[in-house]
Amino acid sequence: MAFGVRLQVWGDRACFTRPEMKVERVSYDALTPSAARGILEAIHWKPAIRWAVDRIHVLKPIRFESIRRNEVGGKLSPASVAKAVKAGTTNGLANFVDEDRQQRAATVLRDVAYVIEAHFELTAKAGPDDSVGKHLDIFNRRARKGQCFQMPCMGVREFPANFKLLEDGEAVPEPDASLRAERDLGWMLHDIDFARSMTPRFFRARMAGGVIEVPPWQSEEVKA
Amino acid sequence: MTAIAHRYEFVYLFDVTNGNPNGDPDAGNLPRLDPETNRGLVTDVCLKRKIRNFVSLAKEDAEGYAIYMQEKAVLNNQHEKAWKALDIAPDAKDGYKKLPKDEAKARELTAWMCRNFFDVRTFGAVMTTGVNTGQVRGPIQIAFASSIDPVVPLEVSITRMAVTTQKEAEDQSGDNRTMGRKHIIPYGLYRAHGFVSAKLAERTGFSDEDLALFWQALGNMFEHDRSAARGEMAARKLIVFQHDSAMGNAPAHVLFDAVSVQPAQPDGEAPARSFADYRVTVDKAAIPAGVTVHEHF
Repeated sequence: MAFGVRLQVWGDRACFTRPEMKVERVSYDALTPSAARGILEAIHWKPAIRWAVDRIHVLKPIRFESIRRNEVGGKLSPASVAKAVKAGTTNGLANFVDEDRQQRAATVLRDVAYVIEAHFELTAKAGPDDSVGKHLDIFNRRARKGQCFQMPCMGVREFPANFKLLEDGEAVPEPDASLRAERDLGWMLHDIDFARSMTPRFFRARMAGGVIEVPPWQSEEVKA
Repeated sequence: MTAIAHRYEFVYLFDVTNGNPNGDPDAGNLPRLDPETNRGLVTDVCLKRKIRNFVSLAKEDAEGYAIYMQEKAVLNNQHEKAWKALDIAPDAKDGYKKLPKDEAKARELTAWMCRNFFDVRTFGAVMTTGVNTGQVRGPIQIAFASSIDPVVPLEVSITRMAVTTQKEAEDQSGDNRTMGRKHIIPYGLYRAHGFVSAKLAERTGFSDEDLALFWQALGNMFEHDRSAARGEMAARKLIVFQHDSAMGNAPAHVLFDAVSVQPAQPDGEAPARSFADYRVTVDKAAIPAGVTVHEHF
């Protein structure tokens, strides 16, 4: 892994929401590649580079907990807005926060720790002074010192993610014994395809010995 | 308004005496508990609500300090204010549904929202509710607060010397009393962690005055949030770590680990019942160079 980085992240709670269960949020069993990319981008990102997650190590047993919170209800329907625009007034478009309450439960992960293995490629926006080495150095320097653009999070911002760089030669911590057996995590979100009007793309996540191998973005295994 | 130039982390300690800091809708409004450790929980959104309420009290809608997520607020009136203030005509076909095609105008709308609303500048907001003014990520991130020790919620039965309906009165043949329940925590000291990103502050224009107001809100928000359910809540300590640079000079977890909250009597048999039963220490030696510690109260 000449150009790769390895980042260990951990936190008390995490919620990598399954797209099919977004209202009463239910988290995936493990960190998704897209959330891992978000964590890396919170530490260092420029339009000149694109992060690609290669491997996710799950270090702690998978445990869930349920939390119910008061949230603001839905959005307004475009039709009623169009009507209001025609009438030239927002009357009847009122949105009272405490009358528009939804109590939603979230099934979130408890006490998580992962190691993200990733590399990045240069994009078309890379200028002449953007080199792989330069961005790699910036990332490593920041991760080593605990610097970040914003505090990375475990899926949602109320669950901050602590992070530390795994130096070259430093071994990935042993995963918990409960993760030894091979597990099929089913279809998991790989990432959102922003080039094609935000189409989500999925892959079949399998975890063996706590490791999820993430297929490359453009490979056959990743399906929209 | 120049944005803040430093990254901050903070540890915020507050306590509750004979009250319910944050009810759990899943458990009939019992205080929230972490089922694995029996520690009490207070959600991030609960604390943010109190901060918003304090700011709207303290600033009384002064210019630039309006609160977007008001209790009883009309969100879309606020959005329309933005459109009207900037004199942008709604799109003929889509009305106000989509952001203006012209990106500069869209940015203007978002900037206007940030300038006028304290909570949009601070916590961000998703403003895609029909009348669209874009999405903002705010600089301040707050995590769940949890109590230092396991808490034991008590159920207190109370009586009311009146009934609601005529039927109830007839059922009781004129006795006219009802029973109710309150859930309280005798004492709990809670610890919350928060993060302030200078880089996101640049985007929303979150300034040093805003930050000072935010610290003030943390200090005083319980003073204006008294109610029958809350009991006595008080902000006890706010320990702020200021990094020299915008990106930060040390990992957040290292700083948080330097703050320890221990029982004052290590061999004490009795459960904690006041803040005096705890000792808060900041291990100055563990603070890396380039980080200064401020204790606010």
